[in-house]
Order: sequence, then C-alpha cells, then structure tokens
Amino acid sequence: MIGPTLQPVIVGAGPAGIRAAQTLVAHGARPVLIDDAARGGGQIYRRPPAHFARSPQTLYGTEASRATALHSTLDGLAAHIDYQPDSLVWNAQGGQLDVLHGPTQTTRTVPYGQLIVASGATDRVLPVPGWTLPGVYTLGGAQVALKFQGCTIGRNVVLMGTGPLLYLVAYQYAKAGAKAGVKVAAVLDTARFADQLAALPGMLTQPAVLAKGMYYVGWLRAHGVAVHTGVRPLRVEGETRVNAVVWTDGQTEHTAPCDAMGFGYALRSETQLADLLGCRFAWAPMHRAHLPERDSAGRTSVAGVYLAGDGAGIMGADAAEWAGERAALALLADHGVKVDAVRTTELERKLMKLMPFRQGLERAFPFPTDWAAHAPDTLVVCRCENITAGELRACARDAGADEMNRLKALTRVGMGRCQGRMCGVAAAEILAHATGKPIDTVGRLRGQAPIKPIPIHLQPQAEARA
Amino acid sequence: MSSSQPLLHRVAEKDRTPVPFVLDGEPAAALEGDTVLTAILIHRAQLRRNEFSHEPRAGFCLMGACQDCWVQTATGERLRSCATFIQAGMQLTTGEPA
Repeated sequence: MIGPTLQPVIVGAGPAGIRAAQTLVAHGARPVLIDDAARGGGQIYRRPPAHFARSPQTLYGTEASRATALHSTLDGLAAHIDYQPDSLVWNAQGGQLDVLHGPTQTTRTVPYGQLIVASGATDRVLPVPGWTLPGVYTLGGAQVALKFQGCTIGRNVVLMGTGPLLYLVAYQYAKAGAKAGVKVAAVLDTARFADQLAALPGMLTQPAVLAKGMYYVGWLRAHGVAVHTGVRPLRVEGETRVNAVVWTDGQTEHTAPCDAMGFGYALRSETQLADLLGCRFAWAPMHRAHLPERDSAGRTSVAGVYLAGDGAGIMGADAAEWAGERAALALLADHGVKVDAVRTTELERKLMKLMPFRQGLERAFPFPTDWAAHAPDTLVVCRCENITAGELRACARDAGADEMNRLKALTRVGMGRCQGRMCGVAAAEILAHATGKPIDTVGRLRGQAPIKPIPIHLQPQAEARA
Repeated sequence: MSSSQPLLHRVAEKDRTPVPFVLDGEPAAALEGDTVLTAILIHRAQLRRNEFSHEPRAGFCLMGACQDCWVQTATGERLRSCATFIQAGMQLTTGEPA
C-alpha cells in the first residue's frame, strides 16, 4: 500500500489524468490532482462554467456520454483526492513541482512520491502570412470559444488546415451558428481526397469512429458548406483584422471572404514538463516529433515518472483514458501494490489495436511536408517576438545554425512567452528545409522553467513561504 | 470590417447575469462566466498590441498555451485573459483610445 510519504501526484485533469486518479483511489491511494483549468475535463471534454445551460448533447454531440462519464468520475472523486484546480505547474525538479495558483496569484511547491504527467496537447500550427491578425485562431481555440463561452470567433468563418478536428469544428460551428446568423464560409483541407481514400483500410479498423468523421463531412456538404480538399493556403488578408483567406488549388488562386479563421494541422504533444523532469526523448516518425520515451505501460526513463494521454503522443481521448488507467496501474505495481494482470493486458491490447487507425489518420490527413518550401521569407514564424522565416534562413545560412537550440540562441525563436509551443514545429521545418537536413536531425527546443510566464513579483513570496 | 466591431459573437448561453466592468475607461457589460478575453472581444477586435510588431492581437489558442492574450488592467496588472474570469468593476485596457 502506498503510504502518506509517497503521495502520488497527477498533472492534468483531462481523460488520462482523471482515469489515473480514479485508478489510484480504487487501490487505496490519495493522489494530488493538479490542473490548469478551473474545472476538470481537459480540452476535448472541456466543461463550461457551472451555471451554463447547454446540455451535454449540445456541447459534446456523439461524445456526450463519454464526457459526462468522465466529469461525473471526477466529481465522485472529490472526497478521495487532493484536487488543485486553477493551478499551473511551471517548474519541476528535485522531486517537487512549483505550482502557481491563478486566482490568488500565489506559488507553492508540491512534493511528489511518484508523478503521472498527463499534460495533453495543443493545435499543431503551421503559420500562413497574416496569421497574427485578430480573428485568426487555432481550430482548438475556435472550439473552446463555442464550447466554453457560447461564442463563435466570427459570423462568417473559414476553417483551414487538416485533421479530424477540422471537420468536427466545422460541423459544430455550422450547427450552432445556423440559428444565430453564423456560417462556415468554407472548409479548406490541405489533404487531398485521394489521401482519404488511401487511408480507408486502416480507418476501417475503427468503423464507428470512421463513420462519425464521414458523417460530419456529409452533413457539411448536405448543408451547403463549401469543402475544398488539396488546397495550399497562401495568405490571410486584412488590415487590423482578417477579411479574407486566399488559397490555391495548385493552378488557380481562390479568395474566401470571411471575418474569422480557425486553423491547425492536427495536434502536438505538450512535452515541456517531461523535458524538465529529465525524461529521455526519441524521434517518433508517425508524430513527426521528438517525444518522451515510455514503455507500453507509460513508464518513462525516469524512475517514478509516468506519462499518459496526448502529452506523450497524439492518440486521442479514448486512448488517453486507457493510458491513464494503465499508467496508474504501473505506478501501483512498481510500489508493490497488487493489480489486476488481466486488466493491464486488456488496456495494452486496446491501445495497440488503435494503431492501424491512428496510422490511417496520418495517411488521411498528412502533414504538409512541403510547407517550409512554400513559406515566404516575410512570413512571421514566431508570433511572440515577430521573427520571420527569412531571419531563420539567414541564421542557418550565415551563422551555420543547424540545430534548434542554436537557432533559438541566435534568433530568439522559441524564446518568447509561448516557449515555442506555437512556433516550434514550424521553426524546425524551416531549419530542416534551409539546411537540407532530415527533420529528425535538427533537434528540438529544450524546455525551460518557467514553462509558462509567471509574475516576477511572486518569486520572493514563494521563497518566504517555503 | 473595422476594428471597432467585435470579433466574438454570442450564439448561446445568453441568459446570464450581467457583469459591469470598465473597458478603456468606458463602462461596459459582460456576462457572468465570461473570460476577460470574451468580455473584451464581444465589444472590440483586439486585446493588446504586440510589443515587437506593435500590431493588434486578439489571442490565438484560447487554452493557455500561446500567451498572446495577456491584457493589462488600468493599474498595470497583467492578466492571461483566456484563463481569467471577468469580475465586476475590473478596469481593462486594450492599448487603444476609447
């Protein structure tokens, strides 16, 4: 049994973190559950403020039963865990976390015996000229506005990029907006229809999920929403806010007038905490990213540190729930607690079975590997500090930078407030293209504390409290 | 479309208690449960100006990752507006004259 000196800590109250907490509680432990949000649920099952009125069916559609099951699990755990919402983990070292409590703006240290990191994901962004204009958001951001605030990002909205979220957000916007004078101006997918056809064999291994995706596309077309595949984004136009998106089908330039745009190219894992904890990383070709290594149960290279959910590789919400439970069972077993071997095997099997579908998704919505070749020198890559593709290329050419941290030191890309969350993927693509090196050899931006900005005046208070 | 017209558009959850606050020195109203970001962008098309390009910004990821939605209060305090709920009497600025 896990004693009080070994109180486990979970970071992130999304599908993975909540299932991990539930599993630890079921085995007699009392975990600390730390989450940046005011209410747990994560991003895809994000909960609006308590007094909002829409039904789970309206908010989560086909995923309503999954979302409510997860939320009620968290609510039911209240008396059995130390739940710390509104709390941002901004540093991790030496067996303790530094945590900023948003509402009181105070920081504290949280020691841990073992740690499960379920840090989730954000949109994977490939900038397009004009992407810093007001009215341009990520696809996830467009969804948060609707789900969490009952707002759309505009009245005439273009949704662009690729990945399952593109069609889900388009469907949600078209549906919610229908009675409110909001419409989806166009869905612009960089994937080609041929990609989607080629992906069908893998996708058919999860027919129910595939059917949902096809339903959204069919619904959009049936409701007169223009869906274009095989597009290459050229620019977002506007002076002080977006008023059009310009794209090409390879031959002709097209303009889609709009007052807002959501875009993204699937998701990227949020790995900075795993990095600060010293986890070993490896290149993961399917994810086109360096990811923290973990075994099939979620153990990292650092004893006592476990990973679960999209923060360790994008596998989706169902996989996150299984991986959260699996990581918690590994943590328990590693500390001598007897766990159900049949269940651990079943969870690993479920996770493995998702792989053909996951690879199919990558085939259906491929990363646009020619993005860097088409990015103009004037394109702003770093939106924090306004650093352009041309500046990055000049650094590679003139200073010989051929590794991401060298590029960061010389140009400040990835050094701004977002710490490379928004620009890191794009900067690596530009660097690989400029140097002619394979993308997996240009390295990755190292995580640095604080991983998100904290008020400077807090630090002395934190010292005094320690 | 001009920058004085709002970016965000309410399509649901409109029956909430109004919350009075001050935007660039002028009285404004939000709804209980609005984030500071929503409260501002339901009236305006920007939250701040970027320190490097000096161009208007209105947030980007809405989930606490991009740090592009920091808003300054009239007293110089800085808020991550996508993750801070509006409170009555808040005095917020967007870097533009009212």
